[in-house]
Amino acid sequence: MEYVDLLNCMRCGMCLPHCPTYKETFLETASPRGRVALVRKIQDGDLEVNERTLEYLTLCLDCQACATACPCGVNAGELVAEFKCEEKGKGGLSFMEDLILRKLVPHPERLENAMVPLRLYQRSGLQTLVRSLGILKMFPPALGRMEGLLPRLPAKPLRKSLLEVTPAVGEEKGTVGFFLGCVMSLIFSEASHATVQLLSGLGYKVVTPKAQKCCGAPNMLGSDLKGLRDLATYNVDLFGGYDLEFIVTDCGGCGAELKKYGHHLPGNSRAEGFSAKVRDISEILALHADDLKKKLKPLHRIVTWHDACHIAHCQGIRQQPRTLMDLIPGLDFREMNDADACCGSAGTYNVARPEMSDRILERKVSSILATGAEYLVTANPGCLLQLKKALSETSPKVKVVHLTELLSESIKG
Amino acid sequence: MEPSFIKELQNIVGKEHTLTDRESLAVYGYDATPELESKPGIVLLPGNAEEMARIMTLCYGNGVPLTPRGSGTNLSGGSIAASGGVVMQTSRLNRILEIDQENLTATVEPGVITSTLHRAVEAIGLFYPPDPGSMNISTMGGNVAENAGGLRGLKYGVTADYVMGLSTILPQGDLLVSGGKAVKDVAGYNLTQLLISSEGTLGIFSQITVKLVPKPRTKKTMLVHFPVLEQAALTVSAIIAARIIPATLEFLDKVTIKCVEDYAHVGLPLDVDAVLLIEVDGHPTVVEEEAAGVREICERHGCSFFQTAATPQEALKLATARRVALSSLARLKPTTILEDATVPRSCIAPMLKFIQDTAKRYDLTIGTFGHAGDGNLHPTCLTDERDHDEIRRAHLAFSDIFDKAIELGGTITGEHGVGIAKKPYLPRLVGEAGLRVMRGIKGAFDPKGVLNPGKIF
Repeated sequence: MEYVDLLNCMRCGMCLPHCPTYKETFLETASPRGRVALVRKIQDGDLEVNERTLEYLTLCLDCQACATACPCGVNAGELVAEFKCEEKGKGGLSFMEDLILRKLVPHPERLENAMVPLRLYQRSGLQTLVRSLGILKMFPPALGRMEGLLPRLPAKPLRKSLLEVTPAVGEEKGTVGFFLGCVMSLIFSEASHATVQLLSGLGYKVVTPKAQKCCGAPNMLGSDLKGLRDLATYNVDLFGGYDLEFIVTDCGGCGAELKKYGHHLPGNSRAEGFSAKVRDISEILALHADDLKKKLKPLHRIVTWHDACHIAHCQGIRQQPRTLMDLIPGLDFREMNDADACCGSAGTYNVARPEMSDRILERKVSSILATGAEYLVTANPGCLLQLKKALSETSPKVKVVHLTELLSESIKG
Repeated sequence: MEPSFIKELQNIVGKEHTLTDRESLAVYGYDATPELESKPGIVLLPGNAEEMARIMTLCYGNGVPLTPRGSGTNLSGGSIAASGGVVMQTSRLNRILEIDQENLTATVEPGVITSTLHRAVEAIGLFYPPDPGSMNISTMGGNVAENAGGLRGLKYGVTADYVMGLSTILPQGDLLVSGGKAVKDVAGYNLTQLLISSEGTLGIFSQITVKLVPKPRTKKTMLVHFPVLEQAALTVSAIIAARIIPATLEFLDKVTIKCVEDYAHVGLPLDVDAVLLIEVDGHPTVVEEEAAGVREICERHGCSFFQTAATPQEALKLATARRVALSSLARLKPTTILEDATVPRSCIAPMLKFIQDTAKRYDLTIGTFGHAGDGNLHPTCLTDERDHDEIRRAHLAFSDIFDKAIELGGTITGEHGVGIAKKPYLPRLVGEAGLRVMRGIKGAFDPKGVLNPGKIF
């Protein structure tokens, strides 16, 4: 974080109406402008880092809606996240953080094994028992929330079942690398399976390096900059070993992080090259809209789209998903109000800050329901988890799907 | 501040809406005005008019300064607690109380966001024209207190032209109701107009009734390039002399054009001196006729490029350069000083020339854009607050620019207010007599000088 980035904020307040926490509280401390001011005052020595300043700063979802709104190009969300990282770097990780961020997240095998008991828990009927007996009330509330968020897990993580090389169907257009997000692989494997099918169906040979590791976004969230840099270096080297036109992901969070590897590893030209090749799946599919259109069969559904923060604000992708849905014959697309407002998921925010997360989610759910949509479409696993949970409780008729699942449903007809 | 006094205030609004921690007070010390900061002793967010009145009574009784605040987007330091004390934020009073379709009025609480009102009335075919640059976050209370302008000022006027009635809580805590829904009202002094642009020094609004007009049926957007600045300025005067009043008549100068092009790459040629964005609205037949008239005038004045938007999307595209003007300038340097010197529109050309010469004289980068149609220009100085010498020169330059605006029959501020930032220049404009009357009015409303002290004079 550079001091001049803090100076660039001219305090005009244009970020305020876009900030989910300001909209809920009207408090300057809960606004991007206020957070930049807090960090600046800490740097100037007028305030110190204490429990309260951190409390205010951690209320930020890092959704970066403020960055989209800022006339001066200040990214308050990112500034605050980086500041928290730097502060954390001085103190080191706690036992649990070290366990999760350094010993679990960077090792896909361990992560997958950690999910086995959960899968058993669901399949053995134990989940039904626990839920009906209210046993979770005996545990800390955070655990209860995490349990409730989890949809039914696939039988096998996608990383295990997917071939390292999926050949192109028909004439080969080129080769792309597939970056398989941890949550996509472990929980939403059907969507990622659809992603790979779409790519190969359009003539791409899809390479999914089995040895790939987490993108490092959880480390950024946990203020573990070193862990993030280690993972970034590893993935850059791994993907660098293949001759790839693009590196594609269907996870908004991974995409946003991968595109910033160049920023995280300054001076590493391979990292910049890697980031330059990263594309969200919607960007690639939109390049081949004409070919895709020929494959799509009518789908008579009312749908609406939720712009995931990591896609709309962090990557600036808004038009492509809408263009793709527009290709589906018979689809009744209805734009919701504030489609690019955060859903309150924001990594682990919904567990760490449940009260604020619920207020933000409530706004989102009412925007979704106002459209009368049967399908809520989005493209980020955090949002999928959060919205699946919320809608299953309030309006079970609304189905929550990833963009590639919707497209693949239309292809099947 | 006495703990017992804080306790009394807290009892009025509740603990949740009382801020006293160092961190909160530190970030309530600023608004959108560069270089100005002053920490309050306490921040309160009342939830209704009764709480507002009780806070004001208590402050007045104890002689504690009270500064009203909406979203804190003021550009002259109006919402900064210059003498500390209480900051009262009106954001929680954010209900649109009524849209009266028979009388064409809307009644709102002071914390309603301007663009929220726009959307609500436009949904039923009505129109509230004032559109200040900060309309997506500025509050109606702040708009009235500062008499906010905007892009549509030329044809539709400013906030003052729409306010019909006010409920104002006076410094002592009693309620003054002025004006209302009656179109004609000459009973006594026009207190409503007096309270508009009083910058929170006379009272704080608890309800505002504004006039609405029918929404224009259609509009046409045009973008015009001029190789010579003088031609653009003359075009502005000629359009109005031809009895065409565009809804929008915006201007960008050469420095702004270069910044916009560097940042947004919208395809502006770098050899043009000025760009005009013109929008005419109203009945389709009239719009067609006026657009043709505008084109003819622009061509007669030697424009090098003229484009009319064929679709709403294209209109948005044409408006991009104007929309990103401030951001493009602001990105260049850390500190952006945005002023609003305003002249009669026939004097746009000499004013622009003077601004450019002044920038050169003080070795500064000043980009000018703004509402050419109503003479309200935004000379924007790009600087760095750490460079004390440059900041000093910027203030000297603006002092000269304000003098020139006065000399041309204009004013030191068209829409930002005097607040703290323009205080030194007000005597030059209104003179001793003006100041004496203003001080007398302030004394009549607020003998103790408790409400928003340190502002205007």
